[in-house]
Amino acid sequence: MASKATSSLPRSVAAHAILISYTVLALFPVILIIFNSFKTRKAIFRSPLSLPDAESFSLIGYRTVLEQGDFFGYFQNSLIVTVVTLLLVLLFGAMAAFALSEYRFRGNTLMGLYLALGIMIPIRLGTVAILQIMVGAGLVNTLTALILVYTAQGLPLAIFILSEFMRSVSDDLKNAGRIDGLSEYTIFFRLVLPLVRPAMATVAVFTMIPIWNDLWFPLILAPAEETKTVTLGAQVFIGQFVTNWNAVLSALSLAILPILVLYVIFSRQLIRGITSGAVK
Amino acid sequence: MRSLKLDNVRKSFGKVEVIKGVDLEVEEGEFVVFVGPSGCGKSTLLRIIAGLEDLTDGHVLMGDEIVDNVPPSKRGLAMVFQSYALYPHLTVRGNMRLGLKQAKMPSAEIAERVKRAAEMLHLEELLERRPAELSGGQRQRVAIGRAIVREPKLFLFDEPLSNLDAALRVNTRLEIANLHRVLGSTIIYVTHDQVEAMTLADKIVVLNEGRIEQVGRPIDLYRTPANRFVAGFIGSPKMNFVEGAAAERFNANSIGVRPEHMTITDVDAIWAGNVNHIERLGSDTFIYVNTADSGLLTIRVPGEIAFEVGDHVGLFAEDQMVYRFDKSGAAIRAG
Ligand SMILES: Nc1ncnc2c1ncn2[C@@H]1O[C@H](COP(=O)(O)OP(=O)(O)OP(=O)(O)O)[C@@H](O)[C@H]1O
Ligand SMILES: [Mg+2]
Repeated sequence: MASKATSSLPRSVAAHAILISYTVLALFPVILIIFNSFKTRKAIFRSPLSLPDAESFSLIGYRTVLEQGDFFGYFQNSLIVTVVTLLLVLLFGAMAAFALSEYRFRGNTLMGLYLALGIMIPIRLGTVAILQIMVGAGLVNTLTALILVYTAQGLPLAIFILSEFMRSVSDDLKNAGRIDGLSEYTIFFRLVLPLVRPAMATVAVFTMIPIWNDLWFPLILAPAEETKTVTLGAQVFIGQFVTNWNAVLSALSLAILPILVLYVIFSRQLIRGITSGAVK
Repeated sequence: MRSLKLDNVRKSFGKVEVIKGVDLEVEEGEFVVFVGPSGCGKSTLLRIIAGLEDLTDGHVLMGDEIVDNVPPSKRGLAMVFQSYALYPHLTVRGNMRLGLKQAKMPSAEIAERVKRAAEMLHLEELLERRPAELSGGQRQRVAIGRAIVREPKLFLFDEPLSNLDAALRVNTRLEIANLHRVLGSTIIYVTHDQVEAMTLADKIVVLNEGRIEQVGRPIDLYRTPANRFVAGFIGSPKMNFVEGAAAERFNANSIGVRPEHMTITDVDAIWAGNVNHIERLGSDTFIYVNTADSGLLTIRVPGEIAFEVGDHVGLFAEDQMVYRFDKSGAAIRAG
């Protein structure tokens, strides 16, 4: 770790400078949204870059959000959709990845390619067909519709990443399990999954953020009041003629919170997985 | 009694045939060592015996029963892997008893067996540790312990010592030899190491490109190799091979002389040349001599010897110490 090249002072200063400036750049819009959500409407427009002070501080945005519409309901919907999808993607993605990497069967490679195709072709191209299917199945305006679509959307990348990682799990370990009489399910859940935990966390993060942020499918498949997600819910404040910026910014600030919590959970898994990875 | 029989076993990965028809019988209590160059199919054959790999053709019999479709855990065998393959989430005790628990053995008996194995391998102090907290040698002993508690009819070892350092290797080799004496079970053991093969085996199986070249007692393979491949593979340093005029004098396509059967001489020299390099091991000295018509020859002389690089020396070998091979590489027996 502490080789000469990485510990020399100018190098580490340069590295930190680059990383810090990138962090600032990436966080700037988010911080701006949060600051402005605490300001009066006038202050937002007059000096969007200044911090809220005694004069411009206002909670009007949050009050509007909490009073108008069922925002807790929206949150709940978003959480249900994201968490359930995440579970399904991780479970089925890991199982498919295990099968593809572990078993030799006819069409294995072809199946892998077919699944990888989903990474390159955006699922939105199929929106019309998906809508027809959902109408046919009577699933319009249900959270199930969203969960199904997002699971399909998340699986290709999950399978792709996880099967690469599962190939690296020692064959000897799995074979030792087989000789000890463990079933393939036990080998999968008890031996292999714990070893690919960092990859699972990565997949979880990559899967959950686009789902949480998505506006497209909630708008098309589940626009009813009781199935609205947060992103869709925030749209009520964006009008054709007037937009309630206080409320929009407050809604967005609140929407960051749950996803932040999930992210912290997964990134901790990621780090723990990396530091405890002693196979041999 | 017969413990294991391979009947014309074949295995292909896709279009590549890796095991090309292997027949082998193993007696009960026998210590059999598979040797062969890297990639010749030793591990694949071992995995086939264990049931971890399907056969393309042929049969595996244990006792008199065909076990082609019996799952690994029901074959009454245990395997020790090169990479140890301990379960990282379980303690040493957990590692050793998992297989027995899985077989629904009463826990009193499990505890008894784990205790006995731990004593035999000096693992008592380590039972509550996890694999990550053990040294390489300790991990290897746990892996062997995990195999012992199953009390298998057949042990399979796939290069179990190749990740250990030299001193530990010798120790563990002795332990394995002891184990075989105490348990009396059949062992099939894969190795790259000449010394392990020669010292441990009752019977060595020399494999090459998915075929058996020769099966026999170590000393028989050394004395009467069936062909040029086995002659070159068994023995260290490697046998010297000579073709051309020198071989024709012996009525053979090629001849071979072991380095330990060559002597340095002033009279009657068969070959002559300059010393190219000398390796002094203390107990032995290896001398590499560059000869005009037969290339580089190796001579092994016990003890130390006073030659220098560049010296001109003559080489001699008794006629009965010369191995003769025909065009296909098969050995030509006395005649
Ligand atoms: N799962 C597999 N798929 C395709 N080819 C394989 C597979 N496993 C092994 N092989 C091939 O089979 C051949 C024999 O492999 P094997 O592992 O049995 O060799 P080995 O004798 O054990 O070699 P080493 O001494 O290096 O361990 C090799 O050429 C290898 O490339
Ligand atoms: Mg091998």
